[in-house]
Amino acid sequence: MEITVTVNGAQQTADVEPRTLLVHFIRETLRLTGTHVGCDTTSCGACTVLLDGTPIKSCTMLAVQANGRSVTTVEGLVTNGSLHPLQEGFKEEHGLQCGFCTPGMMLVSAALLEDNPDPTESDVRWAISGNMCRCTGYQNIVKAVLWAAEKGRTESADASQAS
Amino acid sequence: MFPSAFEYSAPDSLDQALAVLAERGDEAKVLAGGQSLIPLLKLRFAAPAMLVDVNRVPGLNGVAEEGDLIAVGALERHNGLARSDLLKTTLPLMTSAAPLVADPLVRNLGTIGGSLAHADPAGDWGSVMLALEAQFVLQSARGERVVGASDFFVDTFTTVLEPTEIVTKVRIPRPRGSSGGTYLKLERKVGDFATVGTAVQLELDNGTIRRAGIGLTAVGSRNIKATEAEASLVGAEPTEAAFAEAADLASRAAEPSSDLRGSAEYKRGVVRTFVRRGLAQSLAAARGDD
Repeated sequence: MEITVTVNGAQQTADVEPRTLLVHFIRETLRLTGTHVGCDTTSCGACTVLLDGTPIKSCTMLAVQANGRSVTTVEGLVTNGSLHPLQEGFKEEHGLQCGFCTPGMMLVSAALLEDNPDPTESDVRWAISGNMCRCTGYQNIVKAVLWAAEKGRTESADASQAS
Repeated sequence: MFPSAFEYSAPDSLDQALAVLAERGDEAKVLAGGQSLIPLLKLRFAAPAMLVDVNRVPGLNGVAEEGDLIAVGALERHNGLARSDLLKTTLPLMTSAAPLVADPLVRNLGTIGGSLAHADPAGDWGSVMLALEAQFVLQSARGERVVGASDFFVDTFTTVLEPTEIVTKVRIPRPRGSSGGTYLKLERKVGDFATVGTAVQLELDNGTIRRAGIGLTAVGSRNIKATEAEASLVGAEPTEAAFAEAADLASRAAEPSSDLRGSAEYKRGVVRTFVRRGLAQSLAAARGDD
């Protein structure tokens, strides 16, 4: 079946078997390997992507279901060559150890900040509660997200002052 | 892991979806949110010849008042229900249960109709529907029938739903008088199946209990309606003693098994504690002092 999915802003058309999982379409057809396969059983969130802006587990969705829709992967966080505040935050606050859960953590956090630019620590913990870090580095992940939120607010304040 | 091969159909009307089901019968399976079905397909516990994806079917969404009823479209996602203002004000039991289903990502895709049709005894919505005495609207190419929640669940993963039918909506009686309801869930971690869950609904009439609804999650081969506990409360004053008695009856209605999540005795104890706590919280909400 032919599907067209907008991935990180670019339209991608491919012929896929109906049983192809979205994560395999992303990793194998599109070669975007930032989206990881972790547990493969809907538990860990390593395969998290944004579907029309909403975080979902791409190991638990068929590629054909994404036909005509828009997907953002971790590769889509960079804009014009500059890192997303979350990517900077994870670097600044040591939000990653082995890095396996990081793309998923950043995407659920991106959706959170889109919804709520000024989250509390508890909001962050709630937002990432469907994603597992087997290094158990949650403390710094939460710090990284709060760092990014602060940075995002400062930038939008600067932008509104400049305009 | 990936599923075995299947044909895929994504109809854009309910009639088309029902026609495919009428033709293919039990070879076909309805795909809604997929948060239970896709894992089952991947593990090859299920291998339907055809998937009928209803996500593009219009008319299966929305929460609306229908006279004395609140109608909830089967394709409503758990997270959407958690945010519904109408449910918050009329059926807070539902908005307290919705954020406890699975995890935040699963809640973005999983649907109430899919969860009910899947009929996992550890599913949260079944107990909520039993406590609220919901009715399920089932449609097939031949027409519509309405089945009460207590007649819908037959056994583990088994309901009265025919392979040619789709759950299109649930209808819930709008509570009368002052009412409150709450869902309590014990889980080892976010996203784990419930160790125990309890859905409690309380409706008062001039200070006495007009109606009580109690549903139990993960303590039997299906979601359980604690009918004796409910009956013990009707007409009673909402006292601690009455709540303790109902909680005791509810714990006796539970049929838990011992497993990794706890012994049967422990789970019965949790049912007793949760039902008493749920009744107290529902009473506080009904009296407006929560």
